[in-house]
Amino acid sequence: MADGSTGAVGVLGSGRPVAARPGGMQRFARRRSTIGFLLALPLILLIGGLVVYPAIYAVWLSLLNKQMTKFVGLANFRYLMQRDTFHLVIFQSCLFAITAVFFKALIGLILAHLMHNISGRSQRIWRGLLLVPWVIPEALSTLTWWWMFDPSYSSFNWILNQFGIASVPWLGVGWIARFCTILVNVWYGTPFFMIMYLAALKSVPDQLYEAASIDGASAWQKLRFVTLPMMRNIISITVLFSLIVTFGDFDIVRILTNGGPLDMTHVFATYAFQVGIQSGDIPLGAAVSLFMVPILAVGAFFILRGVTRRTQEMGA
Amino acid sequence: MSATTAGNLAARKRGNSQKSQRRWALWGSYAALTVFVIGFLTPPYYTLMTSLKTSAEIGAEKGNPWIAHHPTLANFWWLITYPNFQRYYLNSVIVTILVVAVSMVISVLAAFSLARMGFKGSKTLGTGVFLTYLIPQSLLFIPLFQIIGWLGLINSFWCLVIIYPTLAVPFCTWIMIGYFGSIPKELDEAALIDGAGYLQMLWQIFIPVAMPGIIAATIFAFTVSWGNFIYPLAYLYTSSQEVLTVGIVSDLIRGDVFEWGKIMAANLLASAPPIIIYAFLMDYYVAGLTAGATKG
Repeated sequence: MADGSTGAVGVLGSGRPVAARPGGMQRFARRRSTIGFLLALPLILLIGGLVVYPAIYAVWLSLLNKQMTKFVGLANFRYLMQRDTFHLVIFQSCLFAITAVFFKALIGLILAHLMHNISGRSQRIWRGLLLVPWVIPEALSTLTWWWMFDPSYSSFNWILNQFGIASVPWLGVGWIARFCTILVNVWYGTPFFMIMYLAALKSVPDQLYEAASIDGASAWQKLRFVTLPMMRNIISITVLFSLIVTFGDFDIVRILTNGGPLDMTHVFATYAFQVGIQSGDIPLGAAVSLFMVPILAVGAFFILRGVTRRTQEMGA
Repeated sequence: MSATTAGNLAARKRGNSQKSQRRWALWGSYAALTVFVIGFLTPPYYTLMTSLKTSAEIGAEKGNPWIAHHPTLANFWWLITYPNFQRYYLNSVIVTILVVAVSMVISVLAAFSLARMGFKGSKTLGTGVFLTYLIPQSLLFIPLFQIIGWLGLINSFWCLVIIYPTLAVPFCTWIMIGYFGSIPKELDEAALIDGAGYLQMLWQIFIPVAMPGIIAATIFAFTVSWGNFIYPLAYLYTSSQEVLTVGIVSDLIRGDVFEWGKIMAANLLASAPPIIIYAFLMDYYVAGLTAGATKG
């Protein structure tokens, strides 16, 4: 618009100042974008050097042999696909991520509703207490869980024994160990869902609930037809985001079981660590990690779409 | 007419039942929340109890494990005077302070640029930053292992100072873009007319106004840097370079000997800084995190 008006003035009046002004504007804009680029340069260098480059390098690594001397094409990926252990890894990664996220989202939603019912000062205290699992670094709190699952002196087993129930080998039997890893992840991650959903709940206008009450809606109907549709976007963004994070989780499995018993609890991250760092087969480890990419890409695509849509809605 | 009075009556009755319903909902919520809080706080409670026990009491494996029968602070005292543990703590503090400083400088400058200045490709860069945030740390540790090797930083905690910002910066930038974007454009136009430079504008207007966002981003950078486990586990192996998360495990577990009392005391001491920071600044962090959720 500024350009248009100066143009109009230029036709009517003398040409000189007009010629100077767009030039000045242009120089101003150019200078502005140069400074903008310079300010963003550290970020570009950081992401380029330590994220994009390693990602490309990982692809190259995964195509080499163990000594990294020969190009072997897709041999690493083929080798992995033939290994039973790797099939277990794929299965457990998906089971771990999907089950854990489902329960985190469910319990998070329940907690958010409970928190929404109580109000004011006490809500802050309850929220603080419920956020404790999420505040303690995951690697440290998992140590405590490990100790509670201890085979010889498990505190859980002590409680079970009090009720006359036999001790459970928590981390010693495949499916129980799988359950334990998921349990710890749910414990750790639920608070994040709770605060996200609580914030979303608070943003639902009260009038909608009043209108629903007047129409005689039951509590269930309010949840089904008011709350969930209003929160749909934030629920899907949170779930997808958590799927990605949970999928890449390393600390819990590494500390609790280190993949055992019989490789039944290995996830991509721990298996890649064992193969790549501990056994020293870096190309194979890189290949294991890269198997995560398709699943992550799908998740990232939908998150990006959700966020963009949300930004547009907020702008409108 | 009669229809409306009947409607009013019904509404009043519903109002009464609604009130009692609400009271029940309130008490029900408290009861349910209590159950959840007990469940959620069981591990921290057990950490505390174990940290107060002597090795002899733990080794006896008798009696109720949920209570320390002869509480003692010996484990804490032992750790505080244990040179290795002091070393881990100091390393964690150094790494975290540097990472937070570096991350905040990079992300505030970048967010200012992306939110306000704009240049060719800045939109793409914004999307790229968000995508980077979605990359889990477990994806790139193997190629980074090679790169750290070239830099000669394997088994030096300086490698963490270089790598951790990649985890913190994307999200910090993302938060800061949101906060900077909400500052009215008139403000910087006025500043520019008054002859302020861009950096002056950033320093004197944007940073003070967006302080809640800065605090939220700082806490995030702190959290990432303090609690990370996979990178130190992969790249560090001598105790002079180790940080807390890995040092506790590698130092206090020797073969088959688990010194659980000391491990749990170390666990508490290492968890203390985040817990203290969150206790005071939780509101900022939650506000920063949920900014997207509340605006809808």
